[in-house]
Amino acid sequence: MNIELTDLTRRYGEAHALRSVSYRVPEGVRVLVLIGPSGGGKSTLLRMLGGLDVPDAGEIRFDATLLSRGDDPLRSHRRQNGFLFQAFNLFPHLTALENVTLPLTEVHDKNPVEAREIAMACLERFRLGAHHQKRPAEMSGGQQQRVALARALAHQPRLLILDEPTSALDPEMTAEVLEVIEGLCRDGQEIILSTHEMGFARAVADEIVFLADGEIVETGSPEKIFDAPDSEVVRQFLGRVMRY
Amino acid sequence: MRLFLNASVTVVLGATFCFFFFVLVGHEYRWSAIAPYAPNLFAGWGMTLLVSAASLILSVIIGAGLTAGQLSTFSPARWLARGYVEIIRGTPLLTQILIGYYLVAPMLHWENKFAVGVLILAAFAGAYLSEIFRAGIGSIPKSQWESARAIGLTGAQAYRFVIIPQAIRRVLPATTGQFANLIKDSSLLYVIGLGEFTMQARQANAQTYAVFESYLPLAIGYLALTLPISFASRWLEHRTRYEH
Repeated sequence: MNIELTDLTRRYGEAHALRSVSYRVPEGVRVLVLIGPSGGGKSTLLRMLGGLDVPDAGEIRFDATLLSRGDDPLRSHRRQNGFLFQAFNLFPHLTALENVTLPLTEVHDKNPVEAREIAMACLERFRLGAHHQKRPAEMSGGQQQRVALARALAHQPRLLILDEPTSALDPEMTAEVLEVIEGLCRDGQEIILSTHEMGFARAVADEIVFLADGEIVETGSPEKIFDAPDSEVVRQFLGRVMRY
Repeated sequence: MRLFLNASVTVVLGATFCFFFFVLVGHEYRWSAIAPYAPNLFAGWGMTLLVSAASLILSVIIGAGLTAGQLSTFSPARWLARGYVEIIRGTPLLTQILIGYYLVAPMLHWENKFAVGVLILAAFAGAYLSEIFRAGIGSIPKSQWESARAIGLTGAQAYRFVIIPQAIRRVLPATTGQFANLIKDSSLLYVIGLGEFTMQARQANAQTYAVFESYLPLAIGYLALTLPISFASRWLEHRTRYEH
């Protein structure tokens, strides 16, 4: 993925969610993982990369092209990519299948038959074929998040953005969702994700970005970040979260 | 405690019901006195049914238009819709009927009582409906908008496929309550001499002094209109339910 951030800043009132962040994703990286304390700016950065929020200052470039702030360019940016929320955010009035086909028919110009085939293939890939007629309220959290993944992936997005995909799940469901994401990483899907699952981050990341207090504290390969971080902040954070 | 409360509520309700039942049954009725007016009462009931049905349909259209105005990003549309709703809700229906029929309609050379009555009633109920619709749309969580945006829907598509289908279910009970109100409010149209149900009952009463014999059929006639709406609403609510 070819992404470059320049002086990216986002404020919410007085509080800085991001302070003048500049970063270039190293060449060859397919899976980029954001880690760091809650409130450090991970979600804000992912939302801006996904075109759901615009920076107060600074630029984002995908393949050297500036991501514009207009409604239309941002919408077409969102259409190319897939975004997964922590709280699944499925449409509760639609079945699993309809949740996946809605963007296919309304955004990606597929006819209903085609859309259904693609959606069923996605659902089956995540072992949800038997549940395609269920509404979100009839499914477990893990199943809902897998449906959300199917929805985000059905149109073959260039980039998949996952904002703490397992933070709302219990350990067993976390495992089932992480397994699916790991599979996507193996298949070569370009992914940017944030997570508090350090073991998972280490296993799938090509590159890790540590964010705290709206700033990038340290970046590097998982080996470097987890085994020999330069920064004291990173060392302390990892010491705390890996302790148990 | 809970059992005690339930029991006492049941007893009080039961006693009240029995009391009214015996009062009504114990009364010495003179049905023969109003028998000659029965055809008028039936015709009046039919007129009420027609006026209500027509203004009900029109009020939904007006209500939806006002809601669109209130939610519009174009501020003059917002102010107009807001002002209209406040004025209509803040003044008595009787005044609106009188002004509408004796001032506005003659200016526009509208002479059809039925049409003017329907229009005034729909304009009145539409203001209330628009507040119900607006609240329903406002009650859909922000995360649903986010999700709709994330999959690349436009604002209009988000309303059509995600927000409105969920809002409709939430506003069903309040909307049918408003429909029942509209049916009963149509009784005020007697002031412009529209021969609807209440006017016929008043006339029968005025000429026979058989108060209960005139007004009991009125109550039953209105119930015959409002109860089916209530049942239809419950059925629809059940049919469209998607939570557990």
